[in-house]
Amino acid sequence: MSQPTPQNELIAEREILAERPAAVAPAAGEARGLSQGQIVRRRFFGHTGALIGLVAFGAIVLLSFTAVGWGPIPGWWRFNHEQVSPLVNDGQPTLTLWPLAGGEHPFGQDRIGRDLFAMTMRGTQQSITVMFLIGLVAGFIGVVVGSLAGYFRGWMETVLMRLTDVVIIIPALLLAAVMSRTAGRRDEGSWFSSFAADNGVVVLGIFLGLVLWVGLARLVRGEFLTLREREFVDAARISGASNLRIIFKHILPNAVGVVIVNVTLTMSAAILLETALSYLGVGVKAPDTSLGLLISQNQEAFSTRPWLFWWPGLFIVLICLSINFIGDGLRDAFDPRQKKFNAKRAVARERSTTAGIAAAGATTAVAAPGVAGTTAGGDTPAGSVTPEGPTGGPEGQG
Amino acid sequence: MVTYVVRRLIAAAFILLGASFLVYNLTAISGDPLEEFRASSAPNAAQLMQARSELLDLGTPAPIRYFKWLGGAAQCLVPFAARCDLGKSISGQPITEALGIALVQTLTLVTAATVLAILMGIALGIVTALRQYSALDYGVTFMAFLFFSLPIFWVAVLLKEYGAIGFNNFLREPEIPWYVAAGIGAVVGLAASMAVGGEPKRRAIIGGGGFAFVTALLILASVTRWFRYPGLGLAVILLAGVGLAFAVAVLVAGLNNRRALYSGLAAVAVGLVAYFPVQGLLNLATPLMILILGILTVLVGIGVGWAFGGYDRGQNMRVGGIMAFLVGGMIVLDRFLQAWPAYFDNGKIRGRPIATIGAQTPNLEGDFWIRGIDSFTHLILPTVALILVSLASYTRFTRSSMLEVMNMDYIRTARAKGVSERAVVMRHAFRNALIPIATVVAFDIGALIGGAVITETVFGVRGMGFMFLDGIFHVDPNPVMGVFLCVAVTAMAFNLMADLAYSALDPRVRVK
Repeated sequence: MSQPTPQNELIAEREILAERPAAVAPAAGEARGLSQGQIVRRRFFGHTGALIGLVAFGAIVLLSFTAVGWGPIPGWWRFNHEQVSPLVNDGQPTLTLWPLAGGEHPFGQDRIGRDLFAMTMRGTQQSITVMFLIGLVAGFIGVVVGSLAGYFRGWMETVLMRLTDVVIIIPALLLAAVMSRTAGRRDEGSWFSSFAADNGVVVLGIFLGLVLWVGLARLVRGEFLTLREREFVDAARISGASNLRIIFKHILPNAVGVVIVNVTLTMSAAILLETALSYLGVGVKAPDTSLGLLISQNQEAFSTRPWLFWWPGLFIVLICLSINFIGDGLRDAFDPRQKKFNAKRAVARERSTTAGIAAAGATTAVAAPGVAGTTAGGDTPAGSVTPEGPTGGPEGQG
Repeated sequence: MVTYVVRRLIAAAFILLGASFLVYNLTAISGDPLEEFRASSAPNAAQLMQARSELLDLGTPAPIRYFKWLGGAAQCLVPFAARCDLGKSISGQPITEALGIALVQTLTLVTAATVLAILMGIALGIVTALRQYSALDYGVTFMAFLFFSLPIFWVAVLLKEYGAIGFNNFLREPEIPWYVAAGIGAVVGLAASMAVGGEPKRRAIIGGGGFAFVTALLILASVTRWFRYPGLGLAVILLAGVGLAFAVAVLVAGLNNRRALYSGLAAVAVGLVAYFPVQGLLNLATPLMILILGILTVLVGIGVGWAFGGYDRGQNMRVGGIMAFLVGGMIVLDRFLQAWPAYFDNGKIRGRPIATIGAQTPNLEGDFWIRGIDSFTHLILPTVALILVSLASYTRFTRSSMLEVMNMDYIRTARAKGVSERAVVMRHAFRNALIPIATVVAFDIGALIGGAVITETVFGVRGMGFMFLDGIFHVDPNPVMGVFLCVAVTAMAFNLMADLAYSALDPRVRVK
């Protein structure tokens, strides 16, 4: 990550060049004397939305995993998701904001008296576990397939990419439904079915990961195709580096941005996919619970017990939203062409530039006809070139 | 070019073979098709099991069954033979027949939603790109992320509760209290003032104007009981038509081109003159007649634009054609609204028009307009849900594409030589920003046919997605394969078309 590749130097040079006409001191030395990791970290922490997303996501993970416990570790909440207790206030939420108090059942209870807070926390836990597993499995397979195909080319590329094509034309939701049903089979009596009976969520996550790697594999292959032709790869090869060393030490560190950003976006699509599958009845199965399953079980009761429906939905939206913001921040941080990660500073700089031009001459009226907000100055490449925004793929939706 | 297409098609055929083999076997091993009989205590369970095994040919192993299926499916390739055999579903219905029905259901559900989402997404994307880093930009960006994070089944339940049940309750006694009207007006005014940009004074005027207009409109509608007895009438068509004519002329030709504006206004005038004569004809409407009338209307509009002449007839004709289409649309909408009270009081509807489930009211009798309103009231909720969740990606994609183009050198050149801002945005920037969007749209249209599995499930539409899920639940490979074939073939065809279209639109990209 920290080795000075030509690309990094190029970026640094470009950034300094781009900075010069702006003549604003604070941002000018941004890339000087910093490793790529440091630059990325700085940019990420300068991105307000991503920071809020990170904090929110961390809080949700902490809350859900400590509240009802994980595996053998007990949690601090007094109920678990299966425990039935007498209805308090007909199951309505006892949470009050002023004075802030949780009460007996802060999120309320369902018809038979199970505590919704415990169920929601358990569901959040399961959904997050599935999401991370999908990210890990899909990320790993995608990187391996993509880098092998992109680096070795030849027959290996043909075989791997045709395999990718085969998987990619099967709509993800449809394939995932078949896969998770396969994962949910309990009738075989083999070691697999007994493992799956205890760890349904783990199996579901791994199987879904086996479906969602294709997009990443294509991107990584593309990245490898361009990087393997670069001079620093030639230099490494001439000095006798093995293929493995070139892949791991020279190419992968340069492709890490694409990988991380796309794994994040896959994860945000994955959480919607998991909740959708559970909602349809092919994901997490009934004795256990998940956010999608909770909504599916409680949608009929919307008019009588709306809170059963609001809380799980709220948590899905919160998790997905924070992951999306984190992904957005990561994309901005890793994109070398992206400089305006701090919009306020960029606007201020732009104003000062255009003001300078306006003071300098009468040509401004032609050069920058007054559309507020467009970068008429043109000295800073605004906006990323790659499609911004949530491009994790709409597979989970629909 | 030809060799490229041929090579792609051959590769596609092999991919299709591999993928279909995978899907068939995965479906076959995903469960036990006889499960329901194993648990049942019916006396004839063994017979039923026997019948089901024979129907699904469970005696032969799944891979061999696949090749049997493939033999039947291969007959679809013989043109005009009509011997297509995709097997039968678990209930004995031929798959080809079931696919035909499901396809119609799915397309009626998703077409309007996709077209609207694309149009709104592109418009929002352009506005946010032009007002980068403004409050509007941040607001729309946040909304895009929020909508993108919404699970559609959750949105669907909310829409059913508030959009259908709530709105139906409202229609029983359609009175809007003044504070609700003012609240809606304030939101619209705020959005308008954020969208126009510019000086604070101008924004305040436009925002205040929007607020006053919307509030007054809502109070007027409430007082006249418009929601119960809706309609547009000549006056509204005239006002809206003149406003739209100005807007279209500004976007397409600029106000300096007076002839373009006049052709738009003339198209509105022609529409108003035709309003009464055409009513009698519309009472006997059929879908085909509406289509022919629509084409005629656009042709008349183009003719009006041509008649105005001038040095740039193309712009006149475009404005005339668009305006004729819009005015024609308003007249048709007016006719629909005239049929609304009859629909509302229909014995099958009983005053609760917005439906939460299904694609039409069973056994509803009525003319073209009544049935049109009926499908509209059934489609509105799934359409809104689909638009909400798919709008976000189009908005963000258009925004980034537009931003990239707006920073190109040729945009600066165009401005430097004195081209008006309208022409820079609409002609130089927008057209080039559309190139990458065109490929995304092609992919999405290719994926349309697979239907919206969750939306169809939630709203009880028996389309392609429903058929697929049903096949999976019953461990019945034939419907699954039927849906998969349709989806995969269209997806690959549209991928190829997207690549060809890209190289046609952007000469720098060559296919080889």
